Amino acid sequence: MGMAEAILLTIATAATPLLLAAIGELVVERSGVLNLGVEGMMLMGAVAGFGAALTTGSAWVGVFAGIITGALFSLLFAFLVLTLVTNQVATGLALTLLGIGVSGMIGEAFVGQPGVKLTNIHIPGLSDLPYVGRLLFGQDPLFYISVLLTVGVAWFLFRTRAGLTLRSVGDSHSSAHALGIRVIAIRYAAIAFGGACAGLAGAHLSLVYTTQWIENMTAGRGWIALALVVFASWRPLRVFVGAYLFGAISILQLHIQAMNLADLAFLPGPLYWLLAQLKSLPSQFLSALPYLATVAVLVLISRNRRLTIMNTPASLGQPFVPDR
Amino acid sequence: MRIELVKRPQRSKLFAAISPFLAFLLTLLAGALLFAILGKDPILTLYTYFVEPLTEVWSLHELAIKAAPLILIAVGLSVCFLSNNWNIGAEGQFTIGAITGAIIPLYFPEWNSFAVLPLMLVMGALGGAAYAAIPAVLKARFNTNEILTSLMLVYVAQLFLDWLVRGPWRDPAAMSFPQAPAFPSWAILPELFPSSGRANWGIVFAVVAAVAVWFLLKKTLKGFEVRVIGQSPRAGRFGGFSTAKTIIFAFLLSGALAGLAGISEVSGAIGRLQPVISPGYGFAAIIVAFLGRLNPLGIIAAGLVLALSYLGGEAAQIAVGVTDKTVRAFQGMLLFFVLACDTLILYRIRFVRTAVSPAKEVSYGHG
Repeated sequence: MGMAEAILLTIATAATPLLLAAIGELVVERSGVLNLGVEGMMLMGAVAGFGAALTTGSAWVGVFAGIITGALFSLLFAFLVLTLVTNQVATGLALTLLGIGVSGMIGEAFVGQPGVKLTNIHIPGLSDLPYVGRLLFGQDPLFYISVLLTVGVAWFLFRTRAGLTLRSVGDSHSSAHALGIRVIAIRYAAIAFGGACAGLAGAHLSLVYTTQWIENMTAGRGWIALALVVFASWRPLRVFVGAYLFGAISILQLHIQAMNLADLAFLPGPLYWLLAQLKSLPSQFLSALPYLATVAVLVLISRNRRLTIMNTPASLGQPFVPDR
Repeated sequence: MRIELVKRPQRSKLFAAISPFLAFLLTLLAGALLFAILGKDPILTLYTYFVEPLTEVWSLHELAIKAAPLILIAVGLSVCFLSNNWNIGAEGQFTIGAITGAIIPLYFPEWNSFAVLPLMLVMGALGGAAYAAIPAVLKARFNTNEILTSLMLVYVAQLFLDWLVRGPWRDPAAMSFPQAPAFPSWAILPELFPSSGRANWGIVFAVVAAVAVWFLLKKTLKGFEVRVIGQSPRAGRFGGFSTAKTIIFAFLLSGALAGLAGISEVSGAIGRLQPVISPGYGFAAIIVAFLGRLNPLGIIAAGLVLALSYLGGEAAQIAVGVTDKTVRAFQGMLLFFVLACDTLILYRIRFVRTAVSPAKEVSYGHG
């Protein structure tokens, strides 16, 4: 297996949780709700997935536990913002803080325990093809789910009647309500879907990415997923591109920290020089790169104000009380 | 059964007053349930958590130490939140304030003067404000989402501190410990009553800041501007107020207070820079701000409650064997209940039996 292939594989592993969480949040925001609790839901999914896999010995049970926990946890948020019409930003923050706290509490028993790994799929013949075999036919199952989910969400939102309804709720909840669309019910469903995706993303972290539980192991990935939705201007396929871009940044900084410059003498001069400069930086600066990149990307996107206003779901974050 | 909200003709003064208490009570009930599930005596655990720390003088001092940064940060956040600016990066501004405030004692350790400590505090506040200016300018200039930028900068600040104390600022005398040299005695925030406990001037700064910001919000034009812009930016613009200026003002003020909290914590309770200087004060302060109903005077009380939860967590871990990780779960629950109870201020809650309103179901059919 070549080095380029190995790097691409690790990029896919780093990008998958970002993609899963961001695709779920995209659906939530398309329905007009801003859920800032992604980080908390991911942590709950990660701890539940890890725990369930550890006690049953089956990684798949862990995956389902992560999905269910994420969805149930998001319903707490849904009840507050939809039924009690609380402020969405504050409630989302509350969900994240609660998720950090509760997952840390539950997970204390799991610290240091060896976890269960979700095994990569293997198709005899295809998985062993040179160059693309592992990449296309030999990754972990959640990678394929994340790709299918992206395509599925894109199809649902822009090619089905139900998707149109969901987007109309996000763009003008009053008009949708006047047309007899059940705004609140649709938003409950969207939030639960987003929670399930975030839970799955968390389960990926504790069952595939690293097979252990570490307190706060999401390390801001939930927030990066939120940024990805803005970066993608609420379009599923652009979320895919963004997730892989960020996966690449976070993996490259790890590789730069670990690599041996002498092995890279074959690279063209300017590239070698750049890598040498990056490697001479302290590791903390490289670790900060994904966060700085997020800020930079957000600035670049928001500079084009017209584009942002055009793409943002018009009712995003607005409270809705149906007049009966 | 369905829950329906009926808008009150005006804000309920009663619920505005009791909702934080109601929320705290509900949190206690949920906590009791939680401890019962964990197999601990709920009454004993809650007593250890929320009463025992109040029974001894030294632990009242510790309460003041923990409440000071929470109040300082939350007071600044209240101005941000009231003006609809979601600064959730106070933890980062706290960290940068601690770093900039530490420059003088670390680079001029021989300079012994009464001016050192005030200068450190000013530099801490300036550092926090400068760091908060980043998301503020990005929002005012490019309309960049301040929630995400301010939060990302928290991670950056923490990594920067980590690099400093393991790299250029590492104390050569501390063997392999990653920490900066201890501050000289004149750079340490003095204790208020050294005979009975450790409480330092931080709590005084916090109370003064709370009263000053309360005055600013309630009695000055600037405070009016902050609230108008927060409730209706359009009305604010018609009134001649600048949204951009309000963004900058709110962020600079809250950044400065967070930075002041940072240097006060480092020069007071800790005495040196080390990789981790905060048990999440910047995030817990968000809860304090809401529990205090975004009112600086209410925030003083709310800060004491959250500080108590930190102390109680430590006490309960020792006495009852409950993990101190319950603290953050408690704090998260508290914010949830506060937000839920605040609904009662604007709405009455009515429980409707779904079965008796078939007409409503029919009307949905015309979609």
